[in-house]
Amino acid sequence: MRRIEHKHPRPIRWMHWLNVVLLSGMIWSGLLIYWANDIYRVQIGRWVLLHLFPDGFYNAFGLAGRLAEGMAWHFALMWGFAINGLAYVGYTLASGEWRHLVPNRNSFREAWQVMLHDLHLSQIEPPKRKFNGAQQFAYTGVILMGGGSLLTGLAIFKPVQFGWLTWFLGGYESARFEHFALTVGYVLFFLVHIAQVMRAGWNNFRAMVCGYELVDEATS
Amino acid sequence: MSTTSTTSIDAAVELRRLTRRSFATGGIAAVAGATGLWWIKRAAPDGGISWPLRTMMEFNTRVSEAIFDPNRLAPTFDVARALEPRVNGMIGLKKELDLRRWHLDVLTGGEKPVVERSLPINAIHELPRVEMVTEFKCVEGWSEVVQWAGCRLSDFITKYGHDTPFVGLSTPDRAYYVGLDRASAVHSQSLLAYEMNGRPLTPGHGAPLRLVCSLKYGVKSIKRIGAIQFTNKRPADYWAEQGYDWYLGH
Repeated sequence: MRRIEHKHPRPIRWMHWLNVVLLSGMIWSGLLIYWANDIYRVQIGRWVLLHLFPDGFYNAFGLAGRLAEGMAWHFALMWGFAINGLAYVGYTLASGEWRHLVPNRNSFREAWQVMLHDLHLSQIEPPKRKFNGAQQFAYTGVILMGGGSLLTGLAIFKPVQFGWLTWFLGGYESARFEHFALTVGYVLFFLVHIAQVMRAGWNNFRAMVCGYELVDEATS
Repeated sequence: MSTTSTTSIDAAVELRRLTRRSFATGGIAAVAGATGLWWIKRAAPDGGISWPLRTMMEFNTRVSEAIFDPNRLAPTFDVARALEPRVNGMIGLKKELDLRRWHLDVLTGGEKPVVERSLPINAIHELPRVEMVTEFKCVEGWSEVVQWAGCRLSDFITKYGHDTPFVGLSTPDRAYYVGLDRASAVHSQSLLAYEMNGRPLTPGHGAPLRLVCSLKYGVKSIKRIGAIQFTNKRPADYWAEQGYDWYLGH
């Protein structure tokens, strides 16, 4: 027998999708800003393995020469990103939803198992719960990263008025690097997240839109 | 058995209804959101940027002014860390300047400013000399620790200026101009500098006199000052007309 089961509360769904727009906007406008001083690269000695980013990247996405526009959008959307993020944290705490999301004692072992399973290195099925250990780490981690983006962003936006924060983060240039590194982290998160959502299939994806999922009840 | 399948079908039908409703709502929200963003992007420009974005900048300025504490200082560094910043902007510096004929005009009045006095460089040198080593932060994202020497803009204002809400500064040819709010102008780390890293300013860095405002992005630290205006109206600002924020405060 199959029945419908409620999975994601409405506020979480709205905030999730709103965040897709806001975070995309922040990354896009951030790239418009970063273009003006794109100094980060991966290199060994003098051998540059990867320059973030080659000119072709900016040209392909039309990101070059738009610093003023980037700053204008970045410092407007930041309010939405901050408010939405804080509202999400507030809601998960108030509703008790955090219990599903925050890793617990067993999450480490479970996350490891899930990873082995997803890499086809283990036959053990992940537990059938709302969020398994790997998801708990990913979804809690990405929220902490959001907090990190707000703090590192504030440290470079107001490095005098919030000088203590900038100092704590290692100075102005360090804070700028940390802010950028977190963005790279989001992109890596997306890659895994989207791959996993595609793998999990329509039923799981639909639950993030309408809130419900079709479940099999094998025993009835 | 038939009951089970009926329930399953009911569930599937009910879920299809919920799905359709949610995707419709989501679709409408997505279209509304995209329209809103498009509208913001295409709204009439105000100083080189769409006016809703300009409004947000002004909102941020009000927040910045509300949290502003004049006792908070830009971090200072050991002079050993000082380096030569790049010459990034040549607007207002393109014509060669005859230093012997240079003078600093002090202007007052809003609409039709009048030159109240014309000062030689000695008038600046006679004010108490201050040295500071601060981080010069460019709006582009780079920064450099630089040592500066000059007089405090606040000392200059006390002696030669007026206590107005705004101060405007421009190059002798008026090609480059910036505006400062009073709080930033009278801050102890706002200097009228004549030396950089222990040497007199070079033409590219704004000889004979430039502003160094450690509370703002570098674009506010105008080089080769020709005039200082004291005004009740927010002065024009070169980059604020090109889509940048007017305040640009740290």
